[in-house]
Amino acid sequence: MHSSLWLSALIVLPLMGALIAMLVRKLPGASYAVAVAVGTIEVVVSLVVAALYSSHVSNAGTFDFVSRHVVAAPFGLAYDVALDGLSLLMVVLTALVLWLSLLGGRDRRREPAFVAWLLILTGLTMGAFVAHDVLEFFIFFELTLVPCYFIISGWGGRERSRAALKFFLYTFTASAFLLVGILYMGFAYQHQHPTSGLTFAYGALSTTAMSHPVAVWLFIGFALAFGAKAPIWPLHTWSPLTYAEAPTAGSIELSALLAKLGSYGLLRFAVGLLPAAQVSVRPYVLTLAVIGILYGSILACVAKDLKRFVAYSSLAQMSFITLGIMSGSTIGVTGAVLLMFNHGIITIGFFLIIGFLERRRSSIQIADFRGLQGPAPVMAALFTIAMLASIGLPGLSGFVSEYLILIGTFTTHAWWSAFAALGVLASAVYLLWAYQRVFHGRAEGANAQITDASSAERWVLVPVVVLIVVLGVFPKPVLDRITPSVHNFVTQVATAGAFK
Amino acid sequence: MIAATLALPSIHYLVIVPVLIFFGASLFLLIASAMWRQTVPTSFTTAVTVLAAVATLGVTYFQWRDLDHHGVTTTVAHAVVLDGFSVVATAVIALSVALAALVAHDWALREKVRGPEYQILALASSAGAILMTQANDLIVIFLGLEILSLGLYVLVAIDRRKTESAEASLKYFILGGFASAIFIYGAALLYGATGSTNLSTISYFLGANVLLKPGLLVAGGALLLVGFAFKVAAVPFHMWSPDVYEGAPTPVTGFMASIVKVGAFAALVRVMISGLGTQLATWRPILWVLIVLTTVIGATLAVPQRNAKRLLAYSSINHAGFILIGVWAGTARGSAATLFYLATYAPTVVATFAILTVMGGLGDERHSLESYRGLARRQPWLGASLAVLLLSQLGAPLTAGFYAKYAVLASAIDANGVELALIALLSAAIAASFYLRWAVVLYAESDDELDATRVVVPRATAVVIGAGVVLTLVFGVWPGPLVTLAQHATLYFIP
Repeated sequence: MHSSLWLSALIVLPLMGALIAMLVRKLPGASYAVAVAVGTIEVVVSLVVAALYSSHVSNAGTFDFVSRHVVAAPFGLAYDVALDGLSLLMVVLTALVLWLSLLGGRDRRREPAFVAWLLILTGLTMGAFVAHDVLEFFIFFELTLVPCYFIISGWGGRERSRAALKFFLYTFTASAFLLVGILYMGFAYQHQHPTSGLTFAYGALSTTAMSHPVAVWLFIGFALAFGAKAPIWPLHTWSPLTYAEAPTAGSIELSALLAKLGSYGLLRFAVGLLPAAQVSVRPYVLTLAVIGILYGSILACVAKDLKRFVAYSSLAQMSFITLGIMSGSTIGVTGAVLLMFNHGIITIGFFLIIGFLERRRSSIQIADFRGLQGPAPVMAALFTIAMLASIGLPGLSGFVSEYLILIGTFTTHAWWSAFAALGVLASAVYLLWAYQRVFHGRAEGANAQITDASSAERWVLVPVVVLIVVLGVFPKPVLDRITPSVHNFVTQVATAGAFK
Repeated sequence: MIAATLALPSIHYLVIVPVLIFFGASLFLLIASAMWRQTVPTSFTTAVTVLAAVATLGVTYFQWRDLDHHGVTTTVAHAVVLDGFSVVATAVIALSVALAALVAHDWALREKVRGPEYQILALASSAGAILMTQANDLIVIFLGLEILSLGLYVLVAIDRRKTESAEASLKYFILGGFASAIFIYGAALLYGATGSTNLSTISYFLGANVLLKPGLLVAGGALLLVGFAFKVAAVPFHMWSPDVYEGAPTPVTGFMASIVKVGAFAALVRVMISGLGTQLATWRPILWVLIVLTTVIGATLAVPQRNAKRLLAYSSINHAGFILIGVWAGTARGSAATLFYLATYAPTVVATFAILTVMGGLGDERHSLESYRGLARRQPWLGASLAVLLLSQLGAPLTAGFYAKYAVLASAIDANGVELALIALLSAAIAASFYLRWAVVLYAESDDELDATRVVVPRATAVVIGAGVVLTLVFGVWPGPLVTLAQHATLYFIP
C-alpha cells in the first residue's frame, strides 16, 4: 500500500499555491507564474499517483493510498482519503483541467484573485474525488460551489450575477437532499451498531441495512443532488446560461470537471451505497438519460451561440455517462468511467478553441462566424479532431467509451440502448452542422481578418489532441487500471442488489 | 422576631459570581460616574466592562473545574443552578459582552455619545442574560428576562438625537412588555397545574403524576413558549425585530442579536428539556410548526431587503429557527447542538454588526446594501472579513456556521425529524441567495468612484472583527474541541 501523503499533497498543493499567489499579488505576472508552476507540479504528482496506483492492496479491496483520521468524533467527521480505479482518472483530469485552463484561458483582469480561485477550486475538487468518507465528500462537494460562484460572478459575461446565482442555488438546494440523506444513513448505521460512534466511512455506510422504500427515497434524494450537478434532464436548466456567461476557464472547470462530480457521485455514492434501490429506479433513470441524450442533441442543433452549443452537447454526453452508470454491467460502467475522462478532455478542447475565437471576435454567436477554415486552418483542424472524437469516430477516444456504454447497456436494457444509439447519430448531425456554419463558406469582413492559432495556443491543445488519439488507439493501460475496481464495484452492487 | 422567621437559603457563591461581577461592575460605574467631576471617560467605562467580562471568563474556568469535581450544584433554594450548560453559555455571553463593548466604544467616540450609561446598562442587561442561563425557577427566569430587557429598552434609544431609535425603543418596549406579561401568566398557570415554579420540582411532579385534565399545563407551557418566541423573534412573533434592529444603534443591534439570543435560548432549553421534558409529545408538534414558519418566512422575507440591518434581522430570524431545531430534538445531542450553535453564532454576529457599525459612518446611517459595493476592492481585509462572516451565516463548509447547522440538523434526524431537517435546509438555500448577493456586491466594481470612500476601522473594532473571523474559521476547520465541550456540557445538564 502506498502512502496517503500523495493524495493529501494533491489537495494541499493547490491550496498552498493559492495562498502564495495572493501573497505575491503586487508583482505583475508573478501570481500567474506561481499558478502555472503549481499546476505543472499538480499534473506531475497526479501522473505519479496514477503510475503508482495498484489495484491489489490487501484488506482494502481495490483501494490504494488509504488512510483515515477522525477529526471531530461527536460529529462523525473524519479526514479519509483513498484512490481506486473509479476516481483515478478523475484525479488526473482535475490536474489537467487546472493546467490547461490556466495556459489556455488566461484572464488578465485581476489575475491574482482569478488564479487563486482556480487553484482553490482544484484543491477542493481533488478532495471530493479522493474522499473516502461520505460526509467528507459532501463537504468538498459543497465547498466547490464557493470558488465557482466567485469565478462566474467576478469574471463572467454580462449576465454573470444571474448565472452565478442560478448555478449556486440549483446545486445548493439539490444538495440539501444529499446532506439529509447522508445524515440519515449515518444515524441508521449508528443505531444498528450501538457500540460504534457516529461514522460516515464509506465502507461502514455501505453495509447499512435499510428497508427497501427508505433506500429508494434516499436514492432519489442522492440522484437529485448529483443530477442537478451532472446535469441530468430535467435538472439541466441552469447549465446553458451558466456555461455561456462563465469566463473560458470557468466554463472549462464547470463542464469538464465539476459536472463529473455529479456523475462520479451518482456512481460512487448513489449506486454504490444503495445498490438495492438502484435496481428499482434503474428504468426511470435510464429513461431520463435517453431523453437527455435526444433532447440535448436537438437543442445543440438550434443553439445560437457556441458555448450554449457545447452546453447542450455536454448534456447529451453526460446523459451517456448516466446511461453507462445505471446500466448495471461492468462494460457499461467501465465505459462511463472512461467517458467521464474523455468528455472532460474533449470539452477542454472545445472551450479553449471557443475562447480563442472569443478573444479575436469578442463574440460567440454562431451567426457571426463564417468560413474560418480559410484564414485559420490550424484552428479548424483542431476543432475537427475534438469534433470527431465527440461524434465517436473509431480511432479517437470518444469511440471507445461510447461503444462500451452502448454495448453494456444493450446486454441489460436493450431498448434504452437502441434509442441512445440514435444520439450518436444525432451528435454527428449537430457537430458537423455547427462546423459547417462556423468554418465553411467564404470568409468576409472581420472573419477574413481572423488570425490563425498562435504557437502558444497550438501548444496548449497538443496535450488534448494527444490524449484524444492515444486513448482512442491504445486505451489498454488505462482500462487495465480501472477495470479491477469497476468489476469489484459492479459485483458488490449486483450481490447486494440481489438480496432485494 | 421577624429575623427568626425569615430563614435565608444557603448560597454557594461560586455559582452566582458571574452575575455578581456584572452587577458589581454596573454599580461601580454608576457610583463612579456620580463621584467623578467630569463625565466619565469612555475608555474607562469600556475598560471596566471588558475587565468584568474577562474576569467572568476566568470564573467560568473555575466553575467548570468545580463541576468536574463535585458535579451539578443548585443553590439559593434550588432556584439557581451550576451545570455545564450554564457555564458554557455564561462564557459565551461574557465573550460576546467583551467584543460588543469594544465595538460600542468606538461607536460612542464617533457619535459623541458621552457618559457611562451605555456600559452600565449593557452590564446590567448581560447580568440578566447570565441569570437566565443559570435559572432553575420560572420566577428567576422571569427576573433575568426583565433585567435583560429593561436595560435593552433604554439601550435601543441611547442615542437620544435619533427619532428612529426612540420609535424602535417604544415598539420594543410595548411588545416586550406584552411578551413578559404572557410569560409570567404562563408561569402562573404552570404553577397552578404543578404546584411549583421550580423546574426540577415541576419535572419531578410531571414524572410522578399523570394529569387527568392537562388543560392548565398545556396552556401554561404554550404561553411560556410564546413569551420565549417573542424574545428570540420566532415567526409569528417576530414583527418587532426588523424595525428594532434597524432603528437601534448598530452596536446595540449586535448586542441584541448575540447576548439576548444566548440568554433566551439557554432558558428555553432549560424550561423545555429540563422542566417540561416529560411533555415532549405535547410541545414538539407546536415547536415543529414554529420552526417551519420561522426558518422559511425568515429566509423568504430577507430576500427583498435592501437595508443591511433589516436583512440581518430577518437572517437572525432564520437562524433562530435553526437553533430551535436543537430544542425540538429534545435529546442530549439536541441540547449540545443548540449550545454549539449559540457559541459559534454569537461571535460571528457580533463581528458582523461591528463591520456594519464601521460602515454606517458618522450618524450611523449608511446601511443600504449599495453602500457595500466594491468594499472588498477598496479594503480587501474588511471586505474579505465580511465575506467570511456572511459565508459562515450561510452555512458554507470550513466555517463554523456549517457545523452549527450540521449539528442541529444531525440532532433532528437522530430524533426522526427528516422532514424538519429538509425544510430547514431548503430555507437555508433561500437564505443563501441573499447572503451571496451581498457577498458579490462586496466584490463588484463600484460605479461611482467619488462615493467610494474608504471607511476608517478603529483599532478596537478591528480587534473584534478579527476575533470573529478567526473564531469562525478556526471552528470551521477544527470544530472538535468545541463540539466535545458542548457535548460534555450537556452531560452535566441538571436532571
